[in-house]
Amino acid sequence: MERQLLLASTLCFLVAVAHTLATLRDGVFRPRRFNFIAIALGFVFQSGFLSVRGHALGRCPITNLFEVFIFLAWSVALIYLLVGPAYRLSLMGAFTAPLVLLIQAFALLAPIDTPHSSRVPANPWLEFHASMSMIAYGAFALACVAGVMYLVQERQLKTHQIHSIFYHLPPLTNLFAAITRLLWLGFGLYTAGLISGFFTGGPLPRVKMICAFAVWIFYGGILQGRHFHRLAPKRIATLCIVAFSAAVSVLWAINFVSQTRPA
Amino acid sequence: MNVFCVGISHHTASVETRERYAGRVFGEDSRAALGCDEVLVLATCNRVEVYASAGKPIATGDIVRFLEDCELPGTKPVDAFYRHDAEGCARHLFRVVAGLDSMVIGETEILGQVKKAYAAARESGNAGGQLHRLFQRAFRVAKQVRSSTDITRGAVSVGSVAVDLAEKIFGDLEERRVLILGAGETSERTARSLCSRGVNDIRVSNRSPERGKDLADLVGGRSIPFQDWREQCREVDILISSTSADEPLLTPSLLAPMLRDRRDRPLFIIDIAVPRDVAPEVNEMDGVYLYDIDALQSIAARSLATRRQQIAAAETIIAEHVSDITARSGQHPRGESPAAVDPPVLEQRAIRASQ
Repeated sequence: MERQLLLASTLCFLVAVAHTLATLRDGVFRPRRFNFIAIALGFVFQSGFLSVRGHALGRCPITNLFEVFIFLAWSVALIYLLVGPAYRLSLMGAFTAPLVLLIQAFALLAPIDTPHSSRVPANPWLEFHASMSMIAYGAFALACVAGVMYLVQERQLKTHQIHSIFYHLPPLTNLFAAITRLLWLGFGLYTAGLISGFFTGGPLPRVKMICAFAVWIFYGGILQGRHFHRLAPKRIATLCIVAFSAAVSVLWAINFVSQTRPA
Repeated sequence: MNVFCVGISHHTASVETRERYAGRVFGEDSRAALGCDEVLVLATCNRVEVYASAGKPIATGDIVRFLEDCELPGTKPVDAFYRHDAEGCARHLFRVVAGLDSMVIGETEILGQVKKAYAAARESGNAGGQLHRLFQRAFRVAKQVRSSTDITRGAVSVGSVAVDLAEKIFGDLEERRVLILGAGETSERTARSLCSRGVNDIRVSNRSPERGKDLADLVGGRSIPFQDWREQCREVDILISSTSADEPLLTPSLLAPMLRDRRDRPLFIIDIAVPRDVAPEVNEMDGVYLYDIDALQSIAARSLATRRQQIAAAETIIAEHVSDITARSGQHPRGESPAAVDPPVLEQRAIRASQ
């Protein structure tokens, strides 16, 4: 049942991506509500999967890398559905759907859904810590998406090569404001997740702590550069992409360490 | 469908000819004088057209003579008038509202003008059920063409391209500050376009202070002494340059210290001077977007080409609607029943055509 829900969800994101590619191939990019609806439907199926898995586990389903990736994809879709209306809806969906599809397809294809031999006891602080961190990752992912949109728009403006997509992308200043807001949102949530990690009661693995703090410092550095105008908007957009790629890689490391002590 | 259309446009007559017919006022007695059941006149700078419905045949000459009633004595009638009947009239009107018959393909001003003409005809009691159905359908066609094709996409003049780009950099232009360097004609046109989108802080700096002040007064801005223009670059968001300087006035080394004070604010430079006022290397600086006259004209030309490519898709939408209203009026030209072609189906077909 849960596998079918996840496959249905992945299919929704695949349809959204295929739709975007088809419109891009025709050279006339016209955003519609299609992407938003497809992502919303995919989100419903994702929620269904997480709910079924959560009930089976008796706790928040973030116990292995597979669940972490699905939870991350769910967070990205959630943040998009929450903040998407502030942008040109379907267009941000056109950039978000491929990211979610990539994360989810990887989770489905890679042999990372390793069940735990014993039932993991529920720990509210641990679940709060993990879920906050994952939702923060969702905000960072959306900041990364907005960063890609910024760079696409900036490149068109710099090179004078104006394509159909140019007319559907938001203005540079609006995109930059969106990046900043998403970074602050993600950073706030991540900080809350990080602090709550100290209240989980168990020993804190060193590698996990170093990785978590490295991500926190990276994003803190970007925000500091933004706040004091030390980084140009284009650099911040680029760093959002680099930081998110690094953060996803770090997730792997954290999970590797957590295999002996599930999150 | 008993509707027909008689008129002249920029395709068939010069502006001198068109203006001879543009002043005719259609009062409440117009229908009786023409022998029509309903009548509507559309008079714009590019066309003068009469849309009417009548139970009996009305000759084109009668309409033309009626239009000529108000013209100056001694002028000769013209043979530039065209006539479209029934579905031909519908097709023509749909093409007009969709901007396909306009001088600038895809321009949207015509839709507002047609709506105004229709409202006036309704108010005066000259437009009834037949014209109501026709024009309401025309407005739907225009909306569908605009939403399903790229016929209105992109600006096709230098001024409007500059404004489009400014909006894509800054979003809302209301709070933006503009400096016009050199009070040329193109600068003036571009400044006017920016004003039309809400810009209200315009500064003009010209070698000749008198001419600078004249332009500042014209666009509701203020004049700045020419020697102070560089200082203004720290504050302004958009710089329009069109001086007759032989050497570039703005280079990366000159601009770099000014950019340090601008923090994250982008600077949009429109260099319409020939030879250019701004060194091309300036475009490589972070946060600076430089467009010269060639770049602006090239974007305008590409937009026009895109619009032309969309004509076929727009014509498909129009043809579908013409078939539909013909079928609904009982003629069933393609064997389709009146309910066979619903607007969503038409839209889908149009989307396929545009792809």
